[in-house]
Amino acid sequence: MLGKLAAVDKIIEAHGSEREGLIQILLDIQREFRWLPKDILEHVSKRLDVPINYIYNLTTFYAHFSLVPKGRHSMHVCMGTACHVRGAERLLERTSKVLGIKPGQTSRDEKFSLDTVNCLGACALGPVMIADDEYLSNPTMEDIRRKADSCE
Amino acid sequence: MSEIEKLLNPSDFEAFQKKIVEGRDPNRTAVAVCSGPGCLAYASGKVFDRFKVELLESGLAEEVTLAQTGCHGFCERGPSVVILPDEICYLRVSPDDVKEIIETTLRGGGIVERLLYKGEDGLPVQKESDIPFYKHQQKVVFGDNKRIDPRSIDDYIARGGYTALVKAITTMSPETVIAEVKESGLRGRGGGGFPAGAKWEATAKPPADTRYVIVNADEGDPGAYMDRGILEGNPHSVIEGLMIGGYAIGANEGYIYVRQEYPLAIDNVLYALEVLREIGLLGENILGTGFNFDIIVHKGAGAFVSGESSALMSAIEGRVGEPRPKYIRTSISGLRGKPSCLNNVETWANVPLIINKGADWFKSIGTEGSKGTKIFSLVGNVKNTGLVEVPMGMTLRQIIFDIGGGIRDDKEFKAVQTGGPSGGVIPEDMLDLHVDYDELYAAGSMMGSGGMIVMDKDTCMVNVAKYFLEFLSDESCGKCVPCRDGIDQLLEVLQRLTSGNALEEDLELIEDISLMMKECALCGLGQSAPNPVLSSIKYFKDEYIAHIAEKRCPGGVCKALIAYTIDKEKCIGCGKCMKVCPVAAITGEKKSPHKINNALCVKCDSCYQECPAKVQAVTKIRQADVITAFATSEEAANE
Amino acid sequence: MSEIKLKINGEEVTAEPGTMLLDAARKAGAEIPTLCNLEGLEPFGACRLCVVELIRGGRSRIVASCLYPVEEGIDVLTESEKVVRYRRNILELLEARWPLIDKALLEKYKVNTGRMARRDNFCIMCGICVRHCSERRKLNVLGFVGRGIERQVVSYTMRAKEFCPECFDKELSCLKFCPTGVIVNDCATRCPASRDEEAFAKPIRVRDDDNAIAVKKSLGDL
Repeated sequence: MLGKLAAVDKIIEAHGSEREGLIQILLDIQREFRWLPKDILEHVSKRLDVPINYIYNLTTFYAHFSLVPKGRHSMHVCMGTACHVRGAERLLERTSKVLGIKPGQTSRDEKFSLDTVNCLGACALGPVMIADDEYLSNPTMEDIRRKADSCE
Repeated sequence: MSEIEKLLNPSDFEAFQKKIVEGRDPNRTAVAVCSGPGCLAYASGKVFDRFKVELLESGLAEEVTLAQTGCHGFCERGPSVVILPDEICYLRVSPDDVKEIIETTLRGGGIVERLLYKGEDGLPVQKESDIPFYKHQQKVVFGDNKRIDPRSIDDYIARGGYTALVKAITTMSPETVIAEVKESGLRGRGGGGFPAGAKWEATAKPPADTRYVIVNADEGDPGAYMDRGILEGNPHSVIEGLMIGGYAIGANEGYIYVRQEYPLAIDNVLYALEVLREIGLLGENILGTGFNFDIIVHKGAGAFVSGESSALMSAIEGRVGEPRPKYIRTSISGLRGKPSCLNNVETWANVPLIINKGADWFKSIGTEGSKGTKIFSLVGNVKNTGLVEVPMGMTLRQIIFDIGGGIRDDKEFKAVQTGGPSGGVIPEDMLDLHVDYDELYAAGSMMGSGGMIVMDKDTCMVNVAKYFLEFLSDESCGKCVPCRDGIDQLLEVLQRLTSGNALEEDLELIEDISLMMKECALCGLGQSAPNPVLSSIKYFKDEYIAHIAEKRCPGGVCKALIAYTIDKEKCIGCGKCMKVCPVAAITGEKKSPHKINNALCVKCDSCYQECPAKVQAVTKIRQADVITAFATSEEAANE
Repeated sequence: MSEIKLKINGEEVTAEPGTMLLDAARKAGAEIPTLCNLEGLEPFGACRLCVVELIRGGRSRIVASCLYPVEEGIDVLTESEKVVRYRRNILELLEARWPLIDKALLEKYKVNTGRMARRDNFCIMCGICVRHCSERRKLNVLGFVGRGIERQVVSYTMRAKEFCPECFDKELSCLKFCPTGVIVNDCATRCPASRDEEAFAKPIRVRDDDNAIAVKKSLGDL
């Protein structure tokens, strides 16, 4: 527990303990822990002297922050316009069906998180999804299942 | 650049530049492996790694420069590798092709023909600039990408980099810099197209001890990635532009607000800034001119509304990125209440060119009201997806058909969407429209940041309008009633439309809500949110009517309104559809017509896509016709 | 600084520089409805009911009068055809959220109810309670979470336990300022502030039961 907060303190200090750095600090914390646990947010609130309601306003406003744990493997389906006109909705349905979770959710065993993104900048491959670091161009259910099975 | 010496005055810089240029052989062979987002997705990283290994093994490593460069543009055929100086362009290169390229081209001076672009006539094209996709472009901002390793300031300086900055701070007064930018007619490349020079002037005017210049790299339009292409591939061009702006406006601090989803862009910019500080082009008293300037990178945590200038500044201050409600321009009171000038990536990247080549040169490109070039991300149902840079005033038809190669699978064109979620759709009979700020606006769309999404006949315009509203309902900050509840209610109407439950008077409701939002919403996001709906009603009203009156989706997209059937006459019984159906709704014997059980069908579209293009036996019909279709068919009677 | 001259509904008036159009217009006798405006709090500009038509140099635009300062020589119309139409549309949106809305207001603007989808959640997100609690009382018990249509007001249980008694039942209480009257009438079930973190964590990031487990876990992680 102490170790966790020490890591947070290090992040806060790297950003100069300034209130203005709050978003940058939270981004780093999110990267470190893959989500923003409540105790850590309360700690940040005290350290930077920022009210907790303010921190929750911020963390629920920006899409990148998560207040629930994320899975060990992330599946992101691109919902950009280019992918949309090439069938992104159907790709999302397929992925959701294979993983058994809806977009925004994490599987019960915390293995997978399924999320949507607005654009991956890989429009030529659309509809495209990114499974951890691998881009999959219009994968079939079978392709997605194979990828999911290969995850630890 | 092994030993670093600080450049203390303009002649130091000149000597530094001279040394770099003289140390370079323009005829030296170089291999540029594209590492833009598209090519990286096609595993261009592995191609680069293989080149590194194989060049060493072949003993050519000393003679050949190898670079991982930013986006070349032709994402459709990635990974792309260009061999300089001859500009031989290899496409769809896999790691296994590397050895052959080295032996045949680098060592032997020959061509690996199978990796060349082949046109419609089947003839291979060797030189990159001869490929139709590139031939019609005018690459001014984006052209240096293949010649620059984004991690090498030497590469940038060898191409004339930072000479515009030196020219500005040593020979021009801030006022003349602003006058030059004003004269050039440069307009903001990020959205509304506000004249950049006027914005600079307005920021420089009010009395203040501190001013800020800011790069908006929070590229949020779905389907647009031009800014990413520039920032990843040529970060120095943006930095140099920002510095010139800082000098002109009287700012000592600049910010680059870049979305955290672009880690490579962030890394490349941070690296560039580090190098600039080391050689003294950033910091106190730059080149002894008394100009102090530094740049801070701020990562965006994901909010489309941050594209709104006051919201972006709130985000830099570490606050919720809500647009400021006050009617005060950010040029008077922006970041931390100080005069601030925000321009997007592409706008800043144009600045060094204007300073170096002059306003007259810049003005010679483009149309009356829109000068220079514009980068578009040409995507969607188009053959050649990629980033394209064209002079303002080119027609949509030229961009989509000459550069883009037309519609994928040679389907029929239906519409092109520009301007992102604040823009609109443009129909076929307006394809000869000249792309500039004012013409697009007059057509009910806008330039926006440069997304150009091509749609074929299998696109449902109501569904597209709904898509944009869904995007915006997620991205609205939720503060003001018109935007928050307006989008919510509009979406509700579109939901009714796509499910076949809408009434004629719903179109009136859409209009009432939309007009009010356009004038009453607090910020640009809410004011422009109805545009995608209004423009699609304007040009594709018949599709809306079809959804209402006939419960029919002409694009064949809205699930509630369509059903799948197999044409007995056309089906060859190949079994492909049966294999791909996830719910076993398709039955049939090999080589005899198959059948879809509509009660089981989940309308996943797989069979439709799988059915060979020559056969096209799987067709979409109205859901409302399913019952009748079954009642009249013999098989149904037997069952 | 000298007074600023402008016209409100055709009548010439003067106002101190920095005065908002809303105040100047009301002083001149114009009736402008507002929901998110409260004296003593910073103008918020959220309800947009106070929109007026502003004419300058022959060009007309619609602005929120609570946030627009008076300017020399402008013409302000507080009940023009456009203004009335837009207020009607905005009230129509508000009514869909808030069935207890002032009926006189609906009648005055001839609001056509029943066209919108019902969204009865009784809070119109004017933010008065939140701003009162943080700006004026500096207690930070209440706050906004989420964005877009999912934006809502929540209370922070620990802080509420500690600080709410300071205001409760007194003139300073946030309850006294809620324009919807919902907090006073039916505090226990309808006041958004009666929700706590546990309740808000669900609708914001988590969309069904599967993840409620994850949320519980995260909250139990103290």
